Amino acid sequence: MNRQRITWLVIGLIFVAMLVARATTGQGIGRVYVKREQIALAQVALAGAAATSAQAVQPLPVGAGVKSEISNSANNAFIPADNQAWESVPLAKATRAWVEWNQVPPKEYFVAQATDPTQTQIVLSWPRTIGLWLAAFFTLAIFSFLYADNIFYKFAEATVIGVSAGYWMVIGFWDTLIPKLFGALTPEYVMQLVQPTLQPTPMSQKISMWFALILGVMMLWRLAPRGGWIAAWPLAFIVGVTAGLKIVSHVESDLMAQTVASMKPVVQLVPAVAGGTDWYASIWATLANALVLVGVICTLVYFLFSVQHKGVVGATARVGVWYLMITFGAAFGFTVMGRIALLAARFEFLFDDWLWLIDPNHLRS
Amino acid sequence: MTLRRMIPMWIAVIGGFVMLLSAFVRPIEGIGENFADAFNVIAAIAVALGAGSLLKVNLSKISRREAGWGFAGVILITFAITLIVGLLKIGVHPSHDFPAALFSGKQETADSPFGWLYEYAMVPLTSTMFALLAFYVASAAFRAFRAKNVEAVLLLVTAFIVLLGRTFAGVVLTGWLPDWASGLRFENLSVYVMQVFNTAGNRAIIIGIALGVAATSLRILLGVDRSWMGGGDSA
Amino acid sequence: MNLLKVLDAIDRRWVFLWMGLAVAVPILWIGLTGRTFPETPTPAARAVYEAIDSLPTGSLVLFAFDYDPASSGELQPMSTSLLRQCAAKGHRIVCIALWPLGGNLAQETITNVIREDYPNMREGVDFVNLGYQAGNEGVMKVALTDFIKAFPVDSRGQAASKIEMLRGVKRVSDFPLLINVSAGYPGNKEWIQYVITSSEGKMKMVAGCTGVQAPQMYPYYPAQLAGLLGAIKGAAEYESLVNQSIGGIAPPKYLEAQRRMAPQLFGHLLMVLLIIVGNIIFFANKRGDLR
Repeated sequence: MNRQRITWLVIGLIFVAMLVARATTGQGIGRVYVKREQIALAQVALAGAAATSAQAVQPLPVGAGVKSEISNSANNAFIPADNQAWESVPLAKATRAWVEWNQVPPKEYFVAQATDPTQTQIVLSWPRTIGLWLAAFFTLAIFSFLYADNIFYKFAEATVIGVSAGYWMVIGFWDTLIPKLFGALTPEYVMQLVQPTLQPTPMSQKISMWFALILGVMMLWRLAPRGGWIAAWPLAFIVGVTAGLKIVSHVESDLMAQTVASMKPVVQLVPAVAGGTDWYASIWATLANALVLVGVICTLVYFLFSVQHKGVVGATARVGVWYLMITFGAAFGFTVMGRIALLAARFEFLFDDWLWLIDPNHLRS
Repeated sequence: MTLRRMIPMWIAVIGGFVMLLSAFVRPIEGIGENFADAFNVIAAIAVALGAGSLLKVNLSKISRREAGWGFAGVILITFAITLIVGLLKIGVHPSHDFPAALFSGKQETADSPFGWLYEYAMVPLTSTMFALLAFYVASAAFRAFRAKNVEAVLLLVTAFIVLLGRTFAGVVLTGWLPDWASGLRFENLSVYVMQVFNTAGNRAIIIGIALGVAATSLRILLGVDRSWMGGGDSA
Repeated sequence: MNLLKVLDAIDRRWVFLWMGLAVAVPILWIGLTGRTFPETPTPAARAVYEAIDSLPTGSLVLFAFDYDPASSGELQPMSTSLLRQCAAKGHRIVCIALWPLGGNLAQETITNVIREDYPNMREGVDFVNLGYQAGNEGVMKVALTDFIKAFPVDSRGQAASKIEMLRGVKRVSDFPLLINVSAGYPGNKEWIQYVITSSEGKMKMVAGCTGVQAPQMYPYYPAQLAGLLGAIKGAAEYESLVNQSIGGIAPPKYLEAQRRMAPQLFGHLLMVLLIIVGNIIFFANKRGDLR
């Protein structure tokens, strides 16, 4: 057995021993608890003027509870023809009912069990507990790459590729295609099955959605063995629209506004709290304004590659390079901060959610 | 120029000018919004291109039994499972306000298989991938950051000021400085570096990028730059 | 010299282990003791606090959650404290998202802050979650002229046009303040480019962003951005400001960013040490001391 394998084996055994020790002491180790919530709904008739007009706009009653405000069909421009709204009712009277399981902190389970050991409202959730352990496995599998490439890392990597690709397709379908494309072209089905409050679509938008559908199908032609040039049309549309969109925003916000922001007074006077002028702060503010202006000009001169960087231009460009080095140093510092924060969050997941070694948010006690 | 290249060029030009003018001409604002909606729909359909490519590459890897074909199988299986449970909203309860609309519930509901995959597979995997960079930054800093010249020294000194000044270390190391020298305390120095030198450098970069975007966009809008069509075609 | 030779030839996995320990040990220590380091707010963080505090009570505030759970390590503490200050001040909060999971994060933040600590706030009257809207800058462009068209329904599917607190809101510039917490595209920059700059001073914006983005956002402050929270440090400073102003003992959920400053401290110290040692080895090699 070579040295690397021995190292992996030793690490693995130590790890398993520590896990077993943790699981058998104190409150144990990563578990997820859920609370049962029975949802029971039925349609109830609306009262008053709201029942007679689908377009009635009623002011909400002051201090009304959450459910009646949101479920109040006076807020709904597309109330069903029978002028009814859905309200919570006892299970026996419900026409639509199901059970939801909502995650709760473990301490709620501990308290409930201490009060009534036979309670069944808050229980251990096996799917979520298995999910938690799977998440911990994936986290450690990715970290294992730091030692050496291995089968666990490759498995985790393949999983993230597959799940991410599927995730973005599902998001694109339900959050873009359904409300925008199908909502414009087949509004009745979308209203019936997905979004009853769908707003009516003007003809101009329907035309643009047909246009988008045709271009979208042409885009898929790229996968075909022949006729891939057809995909150039939707690509052209995307390129053109992006160019038109970006030019205005970048010129207005990044060019003009930033240039104006650089034009500060040559002498900046800072008023003192007690009245008069704070000369110390004024000197620093004036110096800061000058340094910013000089820095912007010198750095822009550095980016002028169509002029030789010699003499005055060369000296100015060199100052610009110094400013850029300071900028990159600051960027490095902040990048390190950002990455360490993300690493800290992963360690917190492992120590808090999985191993139950720490409880900073008091979820278990 | 052939028709095959001229038509896409005109599509780009017309699409671009409509978006540009819709910012200034009120009557065509609506057309600009419709174009933006069409853009988003096309982009959503284009995701299927990526999925198609994923299927093509991995299926070919499996059929040829190339090295690592087992992992290609994992990609396809996880992709298929995510797609099926997500598109069909399996296990997703309808919205409490519209229970008669079967698909009114959110696909990421924690109770559902899609929500489970998101929370226990995608989030930990993507977060940990990002977190790995902290280790590589440390290793790169040890191996590659060398004070070889003035510019490198400036970069390193700034990095030290920011790294120390943005934590309690800055307070400990320079907190003893008297008030008249408070500007030299790391925490104040780091603020000054960010608000003066970093602002100047990044502002110049932002202005430069804006000029570049304006120039490139104009070239596309005027049909001068057609390199995006492929074939190295531009005036 | 022997030590330098050893360090010169050291396997990078030892560096990975040191970084892992520098982050993990402080997390365990802070988690067990509950102690945090004191924070002194910088001007940019204080400006965020003052931008929200200076609005009259009951003002409409637009809060855009443009990030996902992968970045929530840095950004969630900011969102929690921002929502807390808005709720404490009595502002009316409209939550939106341009990232797919942003709507869910908004809902979780609302549950953790408003439903638990401000139960008298009424959905639809004092706060509402309009959820995620696909379209990136396209949504911002539409919101410029017709906010309800850009966000036609709330996260529960109710028509936005019928929600009481949105009556009278025609365009996005009707909100005096935009709070945007973002992890990338679309986010802070796009809101500044498409909405804030063209609002001609009618609308102010305060931003929270990741460490990678923060240096690029400083040029926009204070001309186009009224305040900026950069990375976890900005979140910790702002958190301490809000906790001080509200008073009492802050619950642990409002100390998350401050807890994360301990691993930051040791991680940064390790980075500085590694760079210094690396340069000592470099100059020793140059002089031939290590041959």
